[in-house]
Amino acid sequence: MAKEKKTDITNESYLQTVFRRFRRHRLGMISLVVLVILVGAALLAPWIAPYDPDAIVGPFSGAPCREFWLGTDQIGRDVFSRLLYAMRISLLVGVMATLISTVIGVILGLIAGYFGGVADMIIMRFTDMVMSFPYILLVLVAAAIFRPGLWNIILILGFVDWPGIARLVRGNVLSLRETNFVKGNIVAGMPVRHILFSEILPNTVAPILVYATSVLALSMLDEAALSFLGQGVQPPTASLGNMLNGAQSLTVLTKQPWLWIPAGLLIVILVMSINFIGDALRDALDPNSK
Amino acid sequence: MIEEKKDPLIQVEHLKKYYPIKGGIITHTVENIHAVDDVSFSIMEGETLGLVGESGCGKSTIGRQLVGLEQPTEGKIIYDGRELASLKKKELSQIRSQLQMVFQDPYSSLNPRKHIFEILAQPMLYHHISTKDSVQRDIERILDMVGLPRQVLGRYPHEFSGGQRQRIGIAKALSLNPRFIVCDEPVSALDVSIQAQILNLLKGLQKELHLTLLFVGHGLGAVNYVSDRIAVMYLGKIVELGEAREVFRHPVHPYTQALLDAVPVPDPSEKNRSRELLQGEIGDSANPPSGCRFHPRCPYAKPECREYEPALQELSGGQGHYAACPVVVKEQDFGRRGSNPAAGTLQDSEPYSAVSARGLEHPGESLVLTAQKEVVHV
Repeated sequence: MAKEKKTDITNESYLQTVFRRFRRHRLGMISLVVLVILVGAALLAPWIAPYDPDAIVGPFSGAPCREFWLGTDQIGRDVFSRLLYAMRISLLVGVMATLISTVIGVILGLIAGYFGGVADMIIMRFTDMVMSFPYILLVLVAAAIFRPGLWNIILILGFVDWPGIARLVRGNVLSLRETNFVKGNIVAGMPVRHILFSEILPNTVAPILVYATSVLALSMLDEAALSFLGQGVQPPTASLGNMLNGAQSLTVLTKQPWLWIPAGLLIVILVMSINFIGDALRDALDPNSK
Repeated sequence: MIEEKKDPLIQVEHLKKYYPIKGGIITHTVENIHAVDDVSFSIMEGETLGLVGESGCGKSTIGRQLVGLEQPTEGKIIYDGRELASLKKKELSQIRSQLQMVFQDPYSSLNPRKHIFEILAQPMLYHHISTKDSVQRDIERILDMVGLPRQVLGRYPHEFSGGQRQRIGIAKALSLNPRFIVCDEPVSALDVSIQAQILNLLKGLQKELHLTLLFVGHGLGAVNYVSDRIAVMYLGKIVELGEAREVFRHPVHPYTQALLDAVPVPDPSEKNRSRELLQGEIGDSANPPSGCRFHPRCPYAKPECREYEPALQELSGGQGHYAACPVVVKEQDFGRRGSNPAAGTLQDSEPYSAVSARGLEHPGESLVLTAQKEVVHV
């Protein structure tokens, strides 16, 4: 029997390939560096922050000076320290809410896509319902019913953001279910949980990851919006949203920009870099790109 | 060939598969696609049955039902004396591993995210065919059987060529110690030179492991080469069934004759042989022609063909040669029709010498041309 020619494809692991492609995305790389710095600063806040974020250490609404880099807020707390702690809270809310909605979305999407029929119908109509509901209203009502607070906000955002992921996963499962390697495993008598979690899920991780970055950015924005409206993270705990709260007053908006520009800017930078990273990931994970 | 009477391993009785077409304002079944319509046959232990027919005639559907990928609309599938539909889930999952499948497209039949070791080991461990300690040895033994080096285990599917992937696909099917394997057009996605290798591999394995095969294909050369018996399908029904040599030498059903006529003969002196090219198109499987489904295209059609659905009848001379055409079967009593020139080239069971010139120009080439032909004569 003639020997088949050996393929001379380099032995590059999947992750290496992904990273090589990711590096070519300049904006993505810059965003990654920015995000790493910001997340690092947030994580190391207790060591970096010059003051206790909740302690009154200076004058009321003091302008930035050498002692207080970004000034002090209306009751004399250091803005820079609060900003570091606020970033922790905002990232925590974003990451946890994204985790919750990803888990819900993946499970519902897998069930709907793989089993089809009645299960699919019920799940997808429910998804449509959640999607078509003006959810900032839902969040406001929910926040009003349950006491607003950090964990409630996380749960509420988590339960609102999953429909997109559910749809995405369902669509992928529908097409993967028809592939021969899934059928081969059915023929081999493998149990459903193996087929769902070991065969199908790993092949749909890439789009989920990309989508999750946008959910992360969105839920951080939602947290900011809710906290700005006073329905989110409650003072004295600082979050990027409730630090903007002060900007509701015209004096602050016009005369004391150090109270809202840094927080606002940080939100923009965080959300933008997360979105760029998502974009770069999409390109890097696409099996059709080189 | 069949040396002696053996017990059938697979019996298929009145198998039907209809696919509903949904439509209307309130979704309901508007009509049915009759993919497989009342098909019965059996496959003896250790035998290879070839299933041929045009695309869309239902041959792959039968294969998928045999391995449990689809449930029959009606009819029975009996494996080793037990009807599959009546089995409980637990029994079924045990039996499932004995009925395996080799897929047509080797590019999608392996999970791209797993390396070969995982792909092969997971089912073996799940079915307790192998243990954690012995799995490496067992897999290496199977790799030897399908002619792959051991180094492949740590690699991912995208690192392999089509032929190698098909070998891995065969290894995956073999890993569960099956008694019966459905080969669903296993070579039609491969290069001609690789086709021969895979066919020889399948044939060798079948002998070595005493496997029973259902070989689904549309390349007549390939099917004839591996099959002991052949069933010809047209629009969801078997129209002719018999020993491979017999069907190719003395095709009885007009459709089989037309199929064989379409096989090119590599002999210049036969250039002007009379060939019956089929007129018309393959019928609508949602609304098949009445009576004999082949009658609108049949050169011998009589008025009664329109009304009565012919059953498979054994030919008088026959040794298990069946055809579903009363018109021709009657004619058979007066003597066999002239043998088919194309059959002469295809019936020789000389092995596809892997890449030898003969293997390439000969049945291999006709594989490709037959495939094209199917488009042309429609």
